[in-house]
Amino acid sequence: MSGPALRPARLSPADILRTGASGLRTRRTRVVLSALGIAIGIATMVAVVGLSTSSRADLLARLDRLGTNLLTAEAGRNALGQDVKLPKSAVAMVERIGPVQHATATGAVDARVRRSDAVPEELASGVTVQAARPDLLDALNARVDQGSWLNPASERLPTVVLGSVAAERLGLTAPGAKILLNDRWYVVTGILAPIELVPTLDRTALVGYPSAERYLGFDGHPTTVFERSTDASVEAVQGVLARTVSPGDEGSVKVSRPSDALAAKAATDKGLTTLMLGLGAVALLVGGVGVANTMVISVLERRSEIGLRRALGATRGSIRIQFLTESLLLSALGGTAGAALGAIATFAFARTQGWIAVVPPWSLAGGLGATLVIGVVAGLYPAVRASRLHPTVALSAS
Amino acid sequence: MTPAPTDRAMTPAPTDPAMPPAVIELRGATKSYPGGVHALRGVDLRVAQGELVAIVGPSGSGKSTLLNLLGTLDRATSGEVRVAGYDVNRLSDAQLSALRARHIGFVFQHFHLAPGRSAQDNVADGLLYGGAGLRERRARARTALEEVGLGHRIDHLAHQLSGGEKQRVAIARALVGDPDLLLADEPTGALDTASGALVMNLIRQLHAAGTTVCVITHDNDIADSLPRRIRFRDGEIVDDSGPPGPSGSPAEHTDSPAEHTEEVPR
Ligand SMILES: Nc1ncnc2c1ncn2[C@@H]1O[C@H](COP(=O)(O)OP(=O)(O)OP(=O)(O)O)[C@@H](O)[C@H]1O
Ligand SMILES: [Mg+2]
Repeated sequence: MSGPALRPARLSPADILRTGASGLRTRRTRVVLSALGIAIGIATMVAVVGLSTSSRADLLARLDRLGTNLLTAEAGRNALGQDVKLPKSAVAMVERIGPVQHATATGAVDARVRRSDAVPEELASGVTVQAARPDLLDALNARVDQGSWLNPASERLPTVVLGSVAAERLGLTAPGAKILLNDRWYVVTGILAPIELVPTLDRTALVGYPSAERYLGFDGHPTTVFERSTDASVEAVQGVLARTVSPGDEGSVKVSRPSDALAAKAATDKGLTTLMLGLGAVALLVGGVGVANTMVISVLERRSEIGLRRALGATRGSIRIQFLTESLLLSALGGTAGAALGAIATFAFARTQGWIAVVPPWSLAGGLGATLVIGVVAGLYPAVRASRLHPTVALSAS
Repeated sequence: MTPAPTDRAMTPAPTDPAMPPAVIELRGATKSYPGGVHALRGVDLRVAQGELVAIVGPSGSGKSTLLNLLGTLDRATSGEVRVAGYDVNRLSDAQLSALRARHIGFVFQHFHLAPGRSAQDNVADGLLYGGAGLRERRARARTALEEVGLGHRIDHLAHQLSGGEKQRVAIARALVGDPDLLLADEPTGALDTASGALVMNLIRQLHAAGTTVCVITHDNDIADSLPRRIRFRDGEIVDDSGPPGPSGSPAEHTDSPAEHTEEVPR
């Protein structure tokens, strides 16, 4: 009855792309504007993820540099509310704990700090005095900003090294000046850089043990013991540290791990990150609606093109895939631009913060994936509508 | 493209033992639109391979409706429609698409070219849905453009062409797939006389080369110059000059001047 079986030819993937792109090429302004919505959404999300990852990576790098194996044991008060003193032998006892590699201590010195004798004694300078051992700096991974640190010679002399905040409070920008500790003149030999692990030491004036004992009436009892052990044994050491530094009075000793405070910071900006991600998602959604709108208008405007293609032999399926491809290309365009923008923003901001920029590949992949989903969702309805247009109706619409 | 053998006994056209196979066969084809519009009221028609047919008639008489049925863009409400040997009623939408892609070429009054694309790309699109690769489509588009005398306009964008050139590009697009049947709905309707004459010459050349052509026209001079004329009124064929005789000259037929006056659009 009929000729050979009729089977519509399948378009090659390249032809599908070409026909999908053909509708975009002639409407550039509209393409740019509707891709922009998607781009903004994706850029926001990529940048938010990139920045929070970069800042966390920076924090981890800092922790890595400073070490997470430092523990401090601080003398507190006993059940009766009296100040507890750590025994003089505390450091030696801590050093006896197996995995401990290094232990040192500071002791609170009851001394007033004044810039000069013109300053009345009652006026608090906000700077406290601590006796320190020369090995303190190494234990804390801290460094001197200007001048020099205590050494076995200077720790016996009336010389003092100031924390960064202490120097600021005393109005000193360089070593060399003399300050009053109680009524004794001390020469400032050094100013420390901020101590990231133990910021409380930034507000102190550090003197040697022998000097403190000799000139300031220091009793030689440490108030804080600093200790570094192997990474693997930090928790084990933490368990026995209080008992070791103050046998019988361990309840009044506060043991802490300074790096925990830094690590906690990483978690604190999580809320903001989530909020920004939400904003990005809203922008993306709006962008998707923009693409859908553009596609619906495109189908309405191009009825005669659709009719012509049907006359040339396009099946409903080819029309559907053409408009779906167009929608996908449109949002992929926005998605790619957005991912690039987000990455650039991350790099630029990280640079100003001195961080190493980290743009996780999953955020780029996720952004582009979301783009494709949006492209399909936004394009499906217009594409189906286009494919359902009756060829004769479409052709007479010119 | 050889149409499958058809049931000759049912063909309404005159029986000639040496008659070429039919490209178009309509039997009692009707087309009604919702609202009681009967655009076609039982049309019987046979067009044999290689014919050149003019379809004339007043506005609203059903010419375009007929062409849509012949081009399988629309289905008859009742009756039988056979194109290139295929029974259109029995084919799915996808199969009809394939039929159009391989066997039918269209030319429209308003060209329907893609404005931002070159003449070559527009013509190459005539092969897009037939399964040819890009290289082959481009090469054949070039040849087709040369055939319609536009070898020098290959890279021109569609909107940079004159009306006559646009219609020739559209004809190149219709013929590039080497169709069994070329359907043209008022191809000269939007052109000046000179461009229209050029387009009609082209159509005559295609016919001379063996293509079967149906042209809707409002131009009596054009219609009179074609071998066969079919006149429509109110959805029916009121006059058919019939296929040309074996001598090749159009069979003379009653074609009184009175009927020409009725072609004024109503
Ligand atoms: N989609 C449709 N819905 C309803 N009626 C239609 C539709 N298409 C065509 N008609 C009607 O069918 C009749 C025939 O229309 P057709 O387009 O075939 O006329 P025509 O002979 O091509 O006229 P013209 O010379 O003006 O192009 C007309 O009365 C028209 O109004
Ligand atoms: Mg018409």
